[in-house]
Amino acid sequence: MNMETTPQALETQAGDSGISAQASVIEAKNLDLTFQTNDGPVHALKDVSLNINRGDFVSFIGPSGCGKTTFLRCIAALEQPTGGTLTVNGMTPDEARRQRAYGYVFQAAGLYPWRTIAKNIKLPLEIMGYSKAEQDKRVEQVLDLVELSGFGGKFPWQLSGGMQQRASIARALAFDADILLMDEPFGALDEIVRDHLNEQLLKLWARTNKTIGFVTHSIPEAVYLSTKIVVMSPRPGRIHDVIDSTLPKERPLDIRDSPEFIEIAHRVRDGLRAGHGYD
Amino acid sequence: MKSLTAILTVVAAIIGLWYAACVPMNIKGVLDAAERAGAEVTPATARERRDMGEFGLVAGNSFAIADTWVQDRPRLPAPHQVAVELWNTTVEKKITSKRSLIYHGQVTLSATLLGFAIGTGLGILLAVGIVHSKVMDMSVMPWAIVSQTIPIIALAPMIIVVLYSIGVQGLLPKAIISAYLSFFPVVVGMVKGLRSPDHMQLDLLKTYNASTAQGFWKLRLPSSMPYLFASLKIGIAASLVGAIVGELPTGAVAGLGARLLAGSYYGQTVQIWSALFAAALLAAALVALLGVIERVLLGRMGVRS
Repeated sequence: MNMETTPQALETQAGDSGISAQASVIEAKNLDLTFQTNDGPVHALKDVSLNINRGDFVSFIGPSGCGKTTFLRCIAALEQPTGGTLTVNGMTPDEARRQRAYGYVFQAAGLYPWRTIAKNIKLPLEIMGYSKAEQDKRVEQVLDLVELSGFGGKFPWQLSGGMQQRASIARALAFDADILLMDEPFGALDEIVRDHLNEQLLKLWARTNKTIGFVTHSIPEAVYLSTKIVVMSPRPGRIHDVIDSTLPKERPLDIRDSPEFIEIAHRVRDGLRAGHGYD
Repeated sequence: MKSLTAILTVVAAIIGLWYAACVPMNIKGVLDAAERAGAEVTPATARERRDMGEFGLVAGNSFAIADTWVQDRPRLPAPHQVAVELWNTTVEKKITSKRSLIYHGQVTLSATLLGFAIGTGLGILLAVGIVHSKVMDMSVMPWAIVSQTIPIIALAPMIIVVLYSIGVQGLLPKAIISAYLSFFPVVVGMVKGLRSPDHMQLDLLKTYNASTAQGFWKLRLPSSMPYLFASLKIGIAASLVGAIVGELPTGAVAGLGARLLAGSYYGQTVQIWSALFAAALLAAALVALLGVIERVLLGRMGVRS
């Protein structure tokens, strides 16, 4: 079923996407999501409209309960919106899910303890029916992408938390979906490991030219990584501000000391403060 | 080394208590025999002794203490008597002999293993159904619980009679009683195990658009293994109890249950106790074997031990 579309090089040249770059991959219009709970309805998302273009790196930032994770889960068809429209690659999110249009990375690595790293990365490939030879080839490729070459035979408990999370990113990349959705993937890691992984993620994004949706709590992380920063606020969960980053695509870690970076970070912080209200 | 000392200390304490308990338990019998043999016993007649406490008798007849450990048919046989009987009926007897505990043990063992296989298979099937079907979850589980509230000793004769009336006898009725006891822990443990993957793991499979069958084989079943083995260890011990109980109401001529029954008919306490120990050793060996299989299998699955 998905076989017709799959074998395509993992690494596309960044220049290739020149013409199609502005095509909308994810379109949300007046999206609403209300959870019915025992304490009455909870408005997780209210009137959310957003366009994400091919090749964008979009961060969602905001306090707990602002709906950033919920929005990501709606894109992944793990939650059903109660109002508005949402399309992924021009399809409904559920159709996109059935076509395996995205890879999803959760906050916890969630590797199977009874499988080696290589076997963990093969999990989606087995499910999607790739041949043995293709599985082995792809495992090698994605292990290289996340700089874990040579660790395929290790079990998850033999790896550090940061390496486990990289393995889980490799697992999400293995079947080469165009969209990568990441829900606070580095939230549980310490600052130093996180910096390193942020740098690696940017490199990986440049090499693969994927469209990335990234949920985070951290302002520096959001500004450093993104081409577009979506600032959200809670009760009800809504978009407060959308900031298009003016930073260049090439970003060394010390770009975080540049005035441009600080200015964007300032705007994000203002947005968070205004949206939160501290009531 | 340290743990070995601890284990030996506990074993020594139990054996010491056992020997001590033999003295008051057997003192009346020893004194009656001594009186018949013409020895001086205080008080002198069985009638007077009947009204006295055991400890008083021991205090008044300390010469008889050693004899309480070597009686032919004691109320409570001493550890070495049981050990000697165990030795004589296993190593010293031919396996084909009707008095060999190995012969009786393997009769019970075959019913146990067959029952365990049926019970485990049934338990896993029920658990898979319960986890995947709301209807089965609501309808099967209450019956499974009710089934375990009926005393097996009351149910066993009925199972045997009913099966006999449709022409089934021999190994199978005992195995079915075994299965009846052993399927339950497997159902409970397996349901828990198959449901152990968290939401995130299930969501992950959903993002791959995995089928229910793929989710079962790749996630649910491997996740359930530690739970399954915990249940199997309970299940195999229950199976053995079931097989022994299944031998009691039939007046079976072979099996550990038959040895227990024959021993109690003829007041052969040493025989009863050695059959009990044989059953306990068998259960321990079966549980240990499952433990080895568990360690090998989970070790292969990369679980850190």
